[in-house]
Amino acid sequence: MSLERSDVEKIAHLARLAVSEDELEAVTADLSNILHLVAQMETADTTGVEPMAHPLHMVQRVREDAVSETDQREKFQAIAPLTEEGLYLVPRVIE
Amino acid sequence: MHNKSIAELALGLRAGEFTSVELTRTHLDRIASHNPQLNCLISVCEETALQEAELADRRIRAGDAGQLLGIPIIHKDIFCTDGVKTSCGSKMLDNFIAPYDAHVVELLKQAGAVMLGKSNMDEFAMGSSNENSFYGPVHNPWQAGAVPGGSSGGSAAAVAARLCVAATGTDTGGSIRQPAAFCGITGLKPTYGRVSRYGMIAFASSLDQGGPMARSAEDAATLLQVMAGFDSRDSTSAEQPVPDYAATLNDDLNGLRIGVPKEYLGEGLETAIADSIQLALDEYVRLGAELVEISLPNTHLGVPTYYVVAPAECSSNLSRFDGVRYGYRCSEPRDLEDLYKRSRGEGFGAEVKRRIMIGTYALSAGYYDAYYLKAQKIRHLISDDFRAAFERVDVIMGPTAPSTAFGIGEKAADPVTMYLSDIYTIAVNLAGLPGMSIPVRPINGMPVGLQLIGNYFQEARLLNVAHQLQQATNWHTATPAGFE
Amino acid sequence: MQWETVIGLEIHAQLATRSKIFSGASTAFGAEPNTQACTIDLGLPGVLPVLNREVVRMAITFGVAIEAEIATRSVFARKNYFYPDLPKGYQISQFELPIVGKGRVEIELEDGTLKPVGVTRAHLEEDAGKSLHEDFHGMTGVDLNRAGTPLLEIVSEPDMRSAKEAVAYAKKIHQIVQYLGICDGNMQEGSFRCDANVSVRPKGGPLGTRAELKNLNSFRFLERAINIEVERQIDLIEGGGTVVQETRLYDADKDETRSMRSKEEANDYRYFPDPDLLPVELDAGLMEAVRAGMPELPDAKRARFARDYGLSSYDAAVLTASKGLADYFELAAKVAGDAKLVANWVMGEFSGALNKAGLALEQSPVSAEQLGGMLLRIVDKTISGRIAKQVFEAMWAGEGSADRIIEAQGLKQITDSGAIEAVVDAVLAVNAEQVANYRNADEKKRPKMLGFFVGQVMKQSKGKANPNQVNELLLKKL
Repeated sequence: MSLERSDVEKIAHLARLAVSEDELEAVTADLSNILHLVAQMETADTTGVEPMAHPLHMVQRVREDAVSETDQREKFQAIAPLTEEGLYLVPRVIE
Repeated sequence: MHNKSIAELALGLRAGEFTSVELTRTHLDRIASHNPQLNCLISVCEETALQEAELADRRIRAGDAGQLLGIPIIHKDIFCTDGVKTSCGSKMLDNFIAPYDAHVVELLKQAGAVMLGKSNMDEFAMGSSNENSFYGPVHNPWQAGAVPGGSSGGSAAAVAARLCVAATGTDTGGSIRQPAAFCGITGLKPTYGRVSRYGMIAFASSLDQGGPMARSAEDAATLLQVMAGFDSRDSTSAEQPVPDYAATLNDDLNGLRIGVPKEYLGEGLETAIADSIQLALDEYVRLGAELVEISLPNTHLGVPTYYVVAPAECSSNLSRFDGVRYGYRCSEPRDLEDLYKRSRGEGFGAEVKRRIMIGTYALSAGYYDAYYLKAQKIRHLISDDFRAAFERVDVIMGPTAPSTAFGIGEKAADPVTMYLSDIYTIAVNLAGLPGMSIPVRPINGMPVGLQLIGNYFQEARLLNVAHQLQQATNWHTATPAGFE
Repeated sequence: MQWETVIGLEIHAQLATRSKIFSGASTAFGAEPNTQACTIDLGLPGVLPVLNREVVRMAITFGVAIEAEIATRSVFARKNYFYPDLPKGYQISQFELPIVGKGRVEIELEDGTLKPVGVTRAHLEEDAGKSLHEDFHGMTGVDLNRAGTPLLEIVSEPDMRSAKEAVAYAKKIHQIVQYLGICDGNMQEGSFRCDANVSVRPKGGPLGTRAELKNLNSFRFLERAINIEVERQIDLIEGGGTVVQETRLYDADKDETRSMRSKEEANDYRYFPDPDLLPVELDAGLMEAVRAGMPELPDAKRARFARDYGLSSYDAAVLTASKGLADYFELAAKVAGDAKLVANWVMGEFSGALNKAGLALEQSPVSAEQLGGMLLRIVDKTISGRIAKQVFEAMWAGEGSADRIIEAQGLKQITDSGAIEAVVDAVLAVNAEQVANYRNADEKKRPKMLGFFVGQVMKQSKGKANPNQVNELLLKKL
């Protein structure tokens, strides 16, 4: 499976990764090589095989509906790039 | 002092032969003199380490008897540590001071272990050589210029170089076992769900597992005793009782059935490594074990499958790094999209971006079935291989890695060649089984690891089997030159 | 051409839990920004979700209420997209295996006929935070307090054929979730949100392309937005254009829908099972507990009200519109004993007073017991209906129970026939001319003329004379 540059541009956009024009060719080649490796999966007959999402056959546990967290805004926002009046700031979102 | 086992150190501390402050100081000094060369630590916590050591000394004097009390350790920089930088080897988190402790960190803190610092690693645990760190490559203590393995390369090198008594690591496709093999130490990846993932920065959630890295199975057992156990904050944490790992270390190996997968000793393995493995297996036979040839027929599908499952999960797990709430944010973003794309584009290294893109592709519309779903099905087949094998044998053995430590830069240009160096370890993560690597006879002065794979929650058995070999041989006590 | 409208609704009901779906942070509304966003809600590195027991119970309760299939095994999946109010870059939702499968509700059309509307599925998911677009030096502020609040997304079949039907369905779901106590239904605070998928087609033709309408935060807006959108689509098609599949935002100020381009592009959510969460298996014990604890649902209550209290179908519907009102009515009726009287008062005077004061039922200054107590005094003839209005006003003003007010203001009805007779005699004596006219008048005109005397007697007795007795006495004496 080989990718085109346009495929990589599309993937990079979905993943919100800036990939420069200079990098694009090398990245396209790398990803194509990886997909080539991955293509070996095609040799496996998986007819009737259940997909396995988790190693252990466990079921979800639940917790009680209780408030256990206290306000730690100050601590959490101390590591934030940009805040004001308790809000995280981002470039203007247009809806 | 820095060559003693945890048990010996615990005795010495209790007997008053030395204090934890002295022990900590010794290791801090070793870090100061060797780390510039090895680069195995991202952060050194001198001040807090000495405070913790003092506290440990007080507890020891008060009669507290924990085995890890006052023992200096290092955490892989993937574990969140409250108030201490937790970078995950990435520029993205170079400025990230975690506001909370990981479960494993909490447990080791409670046990009184002293945290000397945080170890270098492949960025977001993606790599097999430690070359993918924002903080530069780690050098193998056995040979400058050689990689220590990855992703827990900093921890492995630090343990091998005696910069700490033991360390924590994480293993998603071999990241504890392969660097343990390359650095000549003992590393254990527990059963998935045995050690809480809470506070361990996620790479691939269904594969990640934290574990101990130490100089012996006995030391690893002591660490795992504290690290293992149920944690209600991790939905995938297993509600299984934790056995007393020390209690069974000395069980004899009479009648132990060791499965040797033919797929692990065939093509692609260096002959010298095969010889070292055989030597260890022979030793096991002397100890009363029986060798059984087994087959894990889907072994060759492990790497391809892994490179769908792990990237798919990581592509989603790493979406939270967006420059909004913490971590790297690009300068002067033009708009929201620019903020995302440049913060992520500049904050992540090449390998991380590659895996995010592969995973994004594998999950995207039209490809999900062919990639992700197919991989999940093969994962089942791989898991079934092991299930069948464990009906016939107690433990599976083979090489940890197909080669000894390679040179820095040697494989860096070709991601796929690098991926294949995890060929023997990856399947264990896909199945969720416990695996271990212990040193066997080195080749040209470079360590070789024997991999032990156990059935689910059979860590005690693995530790016992490893310990017995270490009682009968001296491979694990070898120390790299210059670090004696 | 004859056009037919096809509408399906996606309703997000915020589940009324104390803590969030995957964290122990509070869900209380109105807190300072980001003070109820913990490590998990913020998506800090290394944190993991743990499921809240209550959300599972609530979802199952809803499923049972709409006679849906409850999944024995449901799975949480990640919906991946980037947005500032989505801290992890993915929303934990359910995709292939939702907790509630196919179900149905019945809506009542304007002509009184019942129409079934299919519910395709209802699944659990976490809410996102809020982006605040006030000007922060040209930037947007993000508040993540709401992030992680549990939602039940209820997806209908495209069974509705008009805006009115869509509103009837939305109101029905609104009523059910409130009856079940799983959602407070507050649309202003966003606890109950509707998105509408709207398309038009030539009657009987294949399905047209749909537009998804968002920001419909009242039933009125829902109806309005659908009607406007239907008009827009028909105009578009008739003008030779085609409808594009897109998300459109309803702007109530401009009374128009407009395209939300920002949310359109790259609509590839890359769903996959969340590896941090395990399959949710249906617990037989929980299922049994839910069934055992199932409250009476609106349709059943309405039927019972009509049957047991002898109310009209309309009255029963009004009184069961909300569980609060139904409970209020039943309690007052129990005290007063005359259900029809109570129904008239609850729907008339009482609801009018609430509306006028702009109060919710829970804020009413007159309790059901108080209202019932007053109405009991009508039933036992202590006061007349007219005096009751005076008493009610006093109760509303906080002057205490009806009995206290009647006592304090001396409003007790005069039933002593001697006393009433004296007043009647006095009135007749003073109005001799009218008496003569009455007696000479035609039979047909007399009832109207009688009213004059009744009025005079009531006036003299300050309204306290029993009207029936007054009537009887006047007829006898005239």
